[in-house]
Amino acid sequence: MSLADFVKRTISKWMRETGPEDDIVLTSRIRLARNLKGFPFPTLATDAHAGEVMELVRQAAENDAMKRLGKFEFIRCRDLSPLDRQMFVEKHLISPDLAQQEKHGAIVLRDDEVVSIMVNEEDHLRIQCILPGLRLQEAWNLASQVDDALEQTLTYAYHDQYGYLTACPTNVGTGIRASVMMHLPGLALTGGIQRLLSAVSQVGLAVRGIYGEGSESFGNLYQVSNQITLGESEEEIIANLMSVVQQIIEQERNARKLLMERNRIQLEDRVSRSFGILAYARKMDSKETLERLSDVRLGIDLGIIQGVSAGILKELMVLTQPACLQKYYNRELSPNERDVRRAQLIRDRLRMSDTEVHG
Amino acid sequence: MLCERCHERPATVHVTKIINGVQTAYHLCEVCAKEQGEVFPNPFLMGSPFDFNKLLSGLLNMESSSGFAPVTTQAQQRCGTCGMTYNQFTQIGRFGCPDCYDAFSSRLEPLLRRIQNGLRHTGKVPGSAGERQQLARRLEQLRRELQQAVAQEQFERAAQLRDEIRKLEQGAQ
Ligand SMILES: [Zn+2]
Ligand SMILES: [Zn+2]
Repeated sequence: MSLADFVKRTISKWMRETGPEDDIVLTSRIRLARNLKGFPFPTLATDAHAGEVMELVRQAAENDAMKRLGKFEFIRCRDLSPLDRQMFVEKHLISPDLAQQEKHGAIVLRDDEVVSIMVNEEDHLRIQCILPGLRLQEAWNLASQVDDALEQTLTYAYHDQYGYLTACPTNVGTGIRASVMMHLPGLALTGGIQRLLSAVSQVGLAVRGIYGEGSESFGNLYQVSNQITLGESEEEIIANLMSVVQQIIEQERNARKLLMERNRIQLEDRVSRSFGILAYARKMDSKETLERLSDVRLGIDLGIIQGVSAGILKELMVLTQPACLQKYYNRELSPNERDVRRAQLIRDRLRMSDTEVHG
Repeated sequence: MLCERCHERPATVHVTKIINGVQTAYHLCEVCAKEQGEVFPNPFLMGSPFDFNKLLSGLLNMESSSGFAPVTTQAQQRCGTCGMTYNQFTQIGRFGCPDCYDAFSSRLEPLLRRIQNGLRHTGKVPGSAGERQQLARRLEQLRRELQQAVAQEQFERAAQLRDEIRKLEQGAQ
């Protein structure tokens, strides 16, 4: 398969398309936790229960209301190879936990991969919508429509006081987790990131690095999400998150402006070196890949690097992950081989025009 | 600031607890905080994958070690539907079935007060529950009108209202 074909086949709408504020906000995501009435949660489910839940969801996914919302496919985890399951994780469509649920797990996936429904993860259903840019309200509207459509044939576990009942009480009530993925290189370079992150955590939101180990976050990518799910409506939760995200955007823009005014040559040197390394290196580990991609994306956003699409960060941060690489090169790769192949894929991708890929 | 408990070491742990709507702040040193069970994992450390269950079991352990409730008797409490005990819940951080929420509500509510914003869902309602809640609100309204009618000696109106209430109540069963 050519690289252009592989990219076309592999990338989801959230990686391919642009959206509001997407110089800083890469994606907006809504996840709704739902459970079926009359069944134990997956924590205690027997094989028979889990099988029954899966069958009920499979039927619901085919109902008329769901058909009106797009083309959905029901996929059992056991019908996917471990590599394909891992690829779904790398594309942010399912959680690592679901990928482990070989026996009872399933995914209902819309063809554009904007909507994915995890079956028998921690809860019976996790409805997820992921859109490019800052579009939380739109993602919520869509998730809620999918929720309504499934409810045409499913009866949810709902409590008049506590709302939607979930396996873990940290999700009870609305069952909503709203999150945005943000690229914050300006704040990282100017040293404002720690202060900002602790300020955000003071207002009841959670922040974590998307990639990284321990306290290190690679590629300046952060996820900001709500923690409270009970006692606030979905609209309030989204409005609260939106207002904090808007403030972070403003601070990141200020940091970038400051860097351009005071350290322009250092910044140009940094992003251009990173571009050179991505374009010519023969070995790249995933940590360096994310760091260099973050620099290059910043360079594109600030007009220092031209002729490369801004989507390169979203696209390559996924395509250079282990399962995607092995899928493309069509064989198992040792970590050392992966570094060599990763560098090759990046070089080849940077030499392609966007029209070849997104044509 | 010195630790409120030992008055010896500097207070470096600041905890605000909201119990039954009353907010109390504690300022403790590291040593006393540990003895009091006040240190729980900081979920906001940058980059560390935030584990809700870890936070939750931290909170639950804190609750049992600081003696909010007699642990031994209540820990044996079981959900009549799935058989899970409260003790098991504190260990795995997840309930067994939807009925666990009612079975353990008295122990759950202090926890919800700390990790959530109140005890009442105010968001989206499923279709069937929506009808039920609408009906409940309509009945409440009619009963209020009935009381008023009786108080004002409008007996004909009161009889009409009583019939309407009866009809709605029967329809709901
Ligand atoms: Zn002390
Ligand atoms: Zn139960």
